[in-house]
Amino acid sequence: MQIYADALREGWSLLVSDAAGVWQVVVTSLAVSGTATLIALAIGLPFGVMLGAGRFIGRRAALLIFNTGMGLPPVAVGLVVAMTLSRRGPLGDLSLLYSKTAMVLAQLIIALPIIVAVSAAAVGSVPRELQLQARSLGASRLRVGVLTLAEARLGLFAAVAGGFGAIISEVGAVQMVGGNLAGDTRVMTTAIVQYTRMGRYGQALALAIVLVGIVLFVNIWLTSAQTSAQRWERRQ
Amino acid sequence: MRHVLRALRARNLIALAVAIALVVSLAACTGGQQATDTGTQPKAETSEVILASTTSTQDSGLFDVLIPAFEKADPEYQIKVIAVGTGEALKLGESKDADVLLVHAKADEEKFVAAGNGTERKDVMYNDFLIVGPKSDPAGVNGSTDTTAAMKAIADAGKAGKATFVSRGDDSGTNKKELKLWTAAGVEPTTTVDKWYESTGQGMGETLKIASEKDGYTLVDRATYLSMQDTLDLGILLEKDKGLLNQYGVIVVTDAKNQPGGQAFADWIVSPEGQKVIGEFGVEEFKQQLFVPNANQ
Repeated sequence: MQIYADALREGWSLLVSDAAGVWQVVVTSLAVSGTATLIALAIGLPFGVMLGAGRFIGRRAALLIFNTGMGLPPVAVGLVVAMTLSRRGPLGDLSLLYSKTAMVLAQLIIALPIIVAVSAAAVGSVPRELQLQARSLGASRLRVGVLTLAEARLGLFAAVAGGFGAIISEVGAVQMVGGNLAGDTRVMTTAIVQYTRMGRYGQALALAIVLVGIVLFVNIWLTSAQTSAQRWERRQ
Repeated sequence: MRHVLRALRARNLIALAVAIALVVSLAACTGGQQATDTGTQPKAETSEVILASTTSTQDSGLFDVLIPAFEKADPEYQIKVIAVGTGEALKLGESKDADVLLVHAKADEEKFVAAGNGTERKDVMYNDFLIVGPKSDPAGVNGSTDTTAAMKAIADAGKAGKATFVSRGDDSGTNKKELKLWTAAGVEPTTTVDKWYESTGQGMGETLKIASEKDGYTLVDRATYLSMQDTLDLGILLEKDKGLLNQYGVIVVTDAKNQPGGQAFADWIVSPEGQKVIGEFGVEEFKQQLFVPNANQ
C-alpha cells in the first residue's frame, strides 16, 4: 500500500505547487480535445440529424458506416494521420506532424463517427408523428428541425459527452501524431505513459486523478442534464 | 414464433460451427508444437528471469539474437525482457521487480550496487553515440571531431532560431549522456525557456522520427540509427569522438525473485560465448560491429 500512499502524496503536492508544469499539460489536453469535439460537433450534428430524421437511399449504409466508425481503433487513426502528415506523406509539405493541429485532426476523426451515430440515434428516436403534426399545424421545415433537436437534446448531450470522453482519454493516436513534446504537444494521457515508464508514479498519478476528474465531471453534467430534463417533462 | 426459433437455431448452428473450427485449429496448433518439442529433447522445467534493460538496446535488435543464444546455452531459464529507460530499469531493480539489469549509466549503476541493491556490476560491452541532424546542417557540425564544440554550435544556432535539438527527455541512459554533453559545453537547455530545445519523453525510435520531421539534431546510439536510417532524413554529422562512447554494464539484483537465473545470465553474457554473440551482432546486416564486447578487460 505504501506505493499508493507515496504516489498520492507526491501527486497532490505536485498539483498544488505545479512544480512539474502539471497544469499546462491539463490545459493542452482540454484545448486539443475541446477543439476537436467542437469541430466534430459542427460537422457531425447536421449529418446525424439528416441520418436520424431523413429518409433517403443509402441511409442504412451510411448509418452502418458511422456505427462501425464508433469502434474505429484510435491507433489505426493515428497511424494513417501520421503517415499522411509525415514529410514523405501526401501532406508532408504542410509540416504538421508533431503539432497540436495534427492532434486535433486525429481526435476529430475519432470523435466524428461517435457524434454522428449517437446524434442520429437520438434524433431517430423522436416520434415521427411529432414532426408530422408540427408540419400539419403549419410549422416551417426549420422550426420542425429545431423542435426535433430540442426533443432529442438528451441524446445530443450524450453524443458530445461520448465524443469528448473518448478522445480526452485516448493515448495511441495523440502519441503518434503529437509526439508528446514538452510544453507543446504533451497531453495528460501521453504524459502519464511517459512518467510511468520513467518510474515517476507520483507525477503520473497526479495527472491520472485530474483525467478521471474531468471524465467524471462530464458525466455528472450529463446525468444532471438528463434528470432535470426528465423532471421538466413530468411537470408538463 | 416459429420464425424466431428457426432463426435462433440457424444462429446456434453457425456459432457451433465456428466454435468447432476454433477448437480444431487450436488442437492442430498445439499438436504441432508438441510434435516439434518431442522432436528435439525433453524440456526440463524452465524458470523465468526478468531482464530490465533499455529501449535503445531493445530497438537495436540485439536481444533477438542474444536471448535465444542464452536460452540455448542454459535451457533451464527463460528470459523476459522489460525495455524501459535506464532510470526506470534501476527502479525495477530496487523494487525487486527485475532479476538482472543490462543498462548504460555507469555512475548510477555503481551507486545502485553501493546501496546494496545489486551484488556486483560488470562491464559487458560498449557502443557509441552519434550526433545526427538535417543534411542542411545549419549549425555547421559536419566534419567536426570535438563533441563539446559541436554541442555549443548547435545551442548557438538554436538560440539564433536556425536549429532545433530534439532530446529524449525521459531520464534514459541516452538522455543522461546528452545532459552530460550539454554540461561539458556549458549550456543548460530547458524546454520552458529554449524554443529550440524539444523534449519528447519517448524512446529512441520515436525521438529520431520527430527529429527527422522537425529538421532537428539529436543524440542517438549507432545501433538504433543504423536500423532506422532508411526511414529518416538525418545524416551522421559527428562520430567516433571519445566523448561519445557508451559503456554497458550487467548487474544481478540482490535478493531478486530469481537471483540464480539473473546470475546465470550475467555470467553467460561476460563469458567468451556470450561476448562472441555480441561481437558478431549486426556485422552481416550493417557491415559493422554495433556493440564492442569488452568484458574482462
